[in-house]
Amino acid sequence: MKESISLTWRRIPERYKMYGSKCQTCSSTYFPPRSLCPKCRRKGKMEPFEFSGNGKVYSFTEIHAPPSGFEEQVPYVIAVVELDEGSRCTGQIVDAEGKDVKIGDHVEGVFRKILSDDPEGPIHYGFKFRLKK
Amino acid sequence: MAGIVGYGAYIPKYRIKSETIAEVWGEDPDRIQKGLGILEKSVPASDEDSATMSVEAARIAMKRAGIPRESIGAVYVGSESHPYAVKPTATMVAQALGTIPNLTAADLEFACKAGTAGIQICMGLAGSNMVRYGLAIGADTAQGRPGDALEYSAAAAAAAYIIGPEEESLALIEDTFSYTTDTPDFWRRPKADFPSHGGRFTGEPAYFKHVQGAFNGLMEKMDEKIDNYDYFIFHQPNAKFPRAVAKKLGVPKEKLAEGMLCPIIGNTYSANAPLALANVLDHAKAGERIFVTSFGSGAGSDAFSIKVTDKIEEKRRNGYPLSHFIENKEYITYAIYAKLRKKYKGM
Ligand SMILES: [Zn+2]
Repeated sequence: MKESISLTWRRIPERYKMYGSKCQTCSSTYFPPRSLCPKCRRKGKMEPFEFSGNGKVYSFTEIHAPPSGFEEQVPYVIAVVELDEGSRCTGQIVDAEGKDVKIGDHVEGVFRKILSDDPEGPIHYGFKFRLKK
Repeated sequence: MAGIVGYGAYIPKYRIKSETIAEVWGEDPDRIQKGLGILEKSVPASDEDSATMSVEAARIAMKRAGIPRESIGAVYVGSESHPYAVKPTATMVAQALGTIPNLTAADLEFACKAGTAGIQICMGLAGSNMVRYGLAIGADTAQGRPGDALEYSAAAAAAAYIIGPEEESLALIEDTFSYTTDTPDFWRRPKADFPSHGGRFTGEPAYFKHVQGAFNGLMEKMDEKIDNYDYFIFHQPNAKFPRAVAKKLGVPKEKLAEGMLCPIIGNTYSANAPLALANVLDHAKAGERIFVTSFGSGAGSDAFSIKVTDKIEEKRRNGYPLSHFIENKEYITYAIYAKLRKKYKGM
């Protein structure tokens, strides 16, 4: 999987620190960030908002047939996480297999390598989740 | 004088036992365990490296310091396994912590003592008011050549220290002293995958000479004695060397116990002495004193005299103690270990 350097760079705030957005009009939060609040439309005013990375597992699946660049990690768990500050996002659950995860489990954000398959290319980093013990 | 305002440490979840490695190479596991004193070591997951572990450790240190992230004026990451040959680890760490953009940052490298070198630099910067707080990290995902003695010890972890004003410190750094010479005991050339070492030569002229040089130098400089310290930490390339140097110096072995992580974690290189210090700080009481001596091949040692303050209790309540990561472990086979450490051809 290839991603342009400029896209990687633009996504650093979102990936490293979980910067999403919050509508100042209705207080809805969004991750990944949006530029327009779907509830308030033109009346909404979006501001950057930092998520803590804490949340609960909403649903999950164990991946056995990965996209290229992720082969070494198989099997790994991808989950939809209900973030404590509102909004849901998709992310990997590290240090776990499907049998270790239950819906409703508490997770915390961690910083990990996302993709590093090109030995001469940049290493992509970002948030993932870890089960809270 | 500067002190430790926050600290945090991280160890990856995976472990491999010495006996599992010994089995592959036809070695006697008892001989390895007795000889090196290492029962098992930490192994990073395939998506972990020195940058990700640094962030984990530093986030705990930030929670404990309880300071605004913009107030960090310097970030130094010491490692011999920086993810890039060219491109700083420190910028990734600073960005992930949110301390950007008004700060200075750089990577350090000095075998196993780049972490303590960073602490000294931050002491200078904070002590002279050039910055209010400096963040020094030691992190490594050390590699050993398959079948080499280093394969039993080369481990992974990170430890982070926020150095700042004396009055905010959970532990004061009373003084420091270093001892450095050019000694070819351990090295790795740019394109080599694994380090080489001088075998028996690594002991006397390298480890023992430098550790004793820094230890005695600081004791003399401060006019101090062993009885006035509650804990001693010596760099742990294995479990044997720190015990041997303690015996030579007359340090009672009970005073090493709290910092002895090598038997269960391995040698975490740049994180080695800083990780041991984190475990001691997790258990120490106000007023107690800690004497730390790191060692890096090449070669040099940094010694520190540290005194715990009454802020220790409230500060260390935040964030995971090191025991959280020591206890949360999963054993892996040699085959999985070889995959995680990319030892298969073509990886
Ligand atoms: Zn809205």
